[in-house]
Amino acid sequence: MTAPASSPAGAPVPLLEVRGLGKRFPGVVALAGVDLRVDAGEVVAVIGENGAGKSTLMKVVAGVHEPDAGELRWCGEPVRIDSVRRAAELGIALIHQELNLCDNLSVGANVLLGREPGRRLGWLVPRAVDAAARPFLARVGLDVDPRTPLGRLAMGPRQLVEIAKALSQDARLLIMDEPTSSLSFDETERLCRVIDELRAQGCAVLYISHRLGEVERVADRVIGLRDGRPSGALERGAIDHRAMVRLMVGRELEVRPRARRDSGARPVRLAIEGLRSATWPEHAVDLQVHAGEIVGLAGLVGAGRSELLEAVFGAARALAGRVAVDGVALPRGHGVRDAVAAGLAFVPEDRKERGAVLRMSALANTTLASLPEHRRAGGRWAGVLDGGRERATFGRVAARLDLRCKGPGQPVATLSGGNQQKVVLGRWLARDAQVLLLDEPTRGVDIGAKDEIYKRMEELAAQGCAILFASSELAELLALADRIVVMHEGAVAGELRAERATEELVMALATGAGTRAAVEATT
Amino acid sequence: MNRKLIGIVTVLAVVVAAAALQSPTFLSGPSVESLLARTALYGLLSIGAAFVIVTGGIDLSIGSVLCLAGLAPPFLVLELGWPIAAAFAAALALALVLGVLHGVLVTRLDLQPFVVTLCGLLVYRGLARGVTGDASVGWAERHREVAWLVERIPVTDAFAITPPMLVLLVVAVAATLVMTRTVLGRYLLALGNNREAARLSGIPTERTVVVAYAISGALAGLAGVLFVVDSVGGKAASLGNFYELYAIAGAVLGGCSLRGGEASIPGVVLGAGLMQVVLSAVRQTGIDTEIEFAIVGGVILVWVVAEELLRRAWRRRARG
Repeated sequence: MTAPASSPAGAPVPLLEVRGLGKRFPGVVALAGVDLRVDAGEVVAVIGENGAGKSTLMKVVAGVHEPDAGELRWCGEPVRIDSVRRAAELGIALIHQELNLCDNLSVGANVLLGREPGRRLGWLVPRAVDAAARPFLARVGLDVDPRTPLGRLAMGPRQLVEIAKALSQDARLLIMDEPTSSLSFDETERLCRVIDELRAQGCAVLYISHRLGEVERVADRVIGLRDGRPSGALERGAIDHRAMVRLMVGRELEVRPRARRDSGARPVRLAIEGLRSATWPEHAVDLQVHAGEIVGLAGLVGAGRSELLEAVFGAARALAGRVAVDGVALPRGHGVRDAVAAGLAFVPEDRKERGAVLRMSALANTTLASLPEHRRAGGRWAGVLDGGRERATFGRVAARLDLRCKGPGQPVATLSGGNQQKVVLGRWLARDAQVLLLDEPTRGVDIGAKDEIYKRMEELAAQGCAILFASSELAELLALADRIVVMHEGAVAGELRAERATEELVMALATGAGTRAAVEATT
Repeated sequence: MNRKLIGIVTVLAVVVAAAALQSPTFLSGPSVESLLARTALYGLLSIGAAFVIVTGGIDLSIGSVLCLAGLAPPFLVLELGWPIAAAFAAALALALVLGVLHGVLVTRLDLQPFVVTLCGLLVYRGLARGVTGDASVGWAERHREVAWLVERIPVTDAFAITPPMLVLLVVAVAATLVMTRTVLGRYLLALGNNREAARLSGIPTERTVVVAYAISGALAGLAGVLFVVDSVGGKAASLGNFYELYAIAGAVLGGCSLRGGEASIPGVVLGAGLMQVVLSAVRQTGIDTEIEFAIVGGVILVWVVAEELLRRAWRRRARG
């Protein structure tokens, strides 16, 4: 344990001090004017909506990204943290959302990976590794044999192994990015106790979490981020659920709210009854979307929005439940092909990995879901394609979506993010899909293109389509949706009509803990 | 794609020119005829391999399927007294079924194509050797009823067209049309590029992959039947050894990426041809034939390295 160094004035020198930090990515300001101070033996939590810049801030501190503006001081000295290695030398360790551990190695080998003690001429001495690992495992309160294969541990203990690994590298500042996202309640409590213990040992912790309950439990100080800018701070004693929600929301709307129509009288196009996804088998979801209606799915990361959309589309088989389109039920345990045949469309969250076929042309991407309809009359049996018909479809879809490309032959990889998304959406318009499931339709799309995608969604709804879309941006949900369905841990936590929804209400439902009280307090 | 085609044509022209300078007989009628005859058979194999490679898979069983299907007709006719037509039909059907089997194992059980077809490679050769007792099997004195399959059609005194060349031409044209102009070809390219995006677009990805393996099996069978007629007979221990590697090499030379999603059938046929040109050149220019494998391997390596370097240069130019 090191005694805090003192500045001439007598106040302790902060372990880490960040002033005026700025970071831009192409088309996005990720961070601007962010200040942050962390003292030894202090737990500082950073909260904010998805995309508020929390992870970017952590990555800058951990040397993954270099900042474009601002100053970093470590123990009072200005430093440049230009690599993860440099951060590790200083004593900064980032514990990732996805753990960086090897399942096939033992717990002890993982703790000391790359720094195995007692190796001579490349020979490992397993006993020396185990002995060296033990004290670090003890510090995180993990009572397992260092020889246990890591793959046998549950997620909670693995997290502790990761922390032990950081401690073995003499880390003085631990950065934890959503450490509890895959932990059970008991495991979370155990992690909180370990954090208390580390604080007592003089370690500093920078903590990112959506779960406000545990932030309240562990944090000495809370920093709010909104659109990459600081939105305020809370000192111990002032940290409570409502105050934190206020720090997270209140973002300015980029879009004008659309004129909403009462869709109650219109026919139901998509009916979901008792749907259980494999990820959240204990919760059944019921949901209806009417013709001309846009329904937004709100929730935090991991709340089960994507899982719901995938189960509806049959991309991941549902365990139970029924999906009906225009009153016609899909077969039980339906797959993608059943869904497509019924007129459902799905735009996945990860456009590059799962949406666009990047090396194919804009035209081939557009007609991909409707190729059998583009066969030449004379060669139907052989599946010969009718180029003219394909070009006609492409022209129609491109005009409807205002697609900007050099021509039908342009590879999709060379289009902008917004236009790529239009191509993926266009694939479904080419077959006149009437029920659209969109997962984060504006992710990775620049601001201008976002507006355009909103406009297209509104036009499609006006033409009678039913749209169910998941979004992590509250402003987008509030501006676009007629109704907002909020999910929390796999279940529908509540439903809000657009005219009554506020960011506070949505966030209160989405964060779960203290839900009812928060909702009642605001209404 | 066009760039790759230009590349392979250029390399082919250079190798042919170099060989012609070294050996005056290289461009003689008989030499060209034997070159084309061999290209016809290996080209069929490479086209089949390309259909599998474009899905991101690999077919290592080609040589063994060729052996089994190739030896089946003479065995069935001469040993068991089957009618010739039935024997041919059975051989081709067998090859097709084996391809379908590979495809089903790869898609339904999600097994790795390398492992599935490696097992095929071992099993079919073992079966062929077991059934034939490792004896030479063939059309005795080139059975009159089958000889027409390889009957030369003289064009000049020194050069003739053989039926396998015509078979390759028909198959190559058909395969090109399938790949570029049909639903099946578009599905193959799409799922080879991004299988998940293809699946989420409602494409029957599993069925499409099965068809690709079936095509590879069927073409290996067809080539095998023609090979055995052409060479009068063969032994199960040696017939078709390593041919899967020649087939894959031809496809790669012709511009297929083993990552999938890229194939040009004309390129693949030229790639198969380039392999044969290199082999002929080695034999005719008096280089020790013992090292021909080394030379073939070297040519392929030089080609893929050059291609990668050119690709990087193009990309750098496109960026800067």
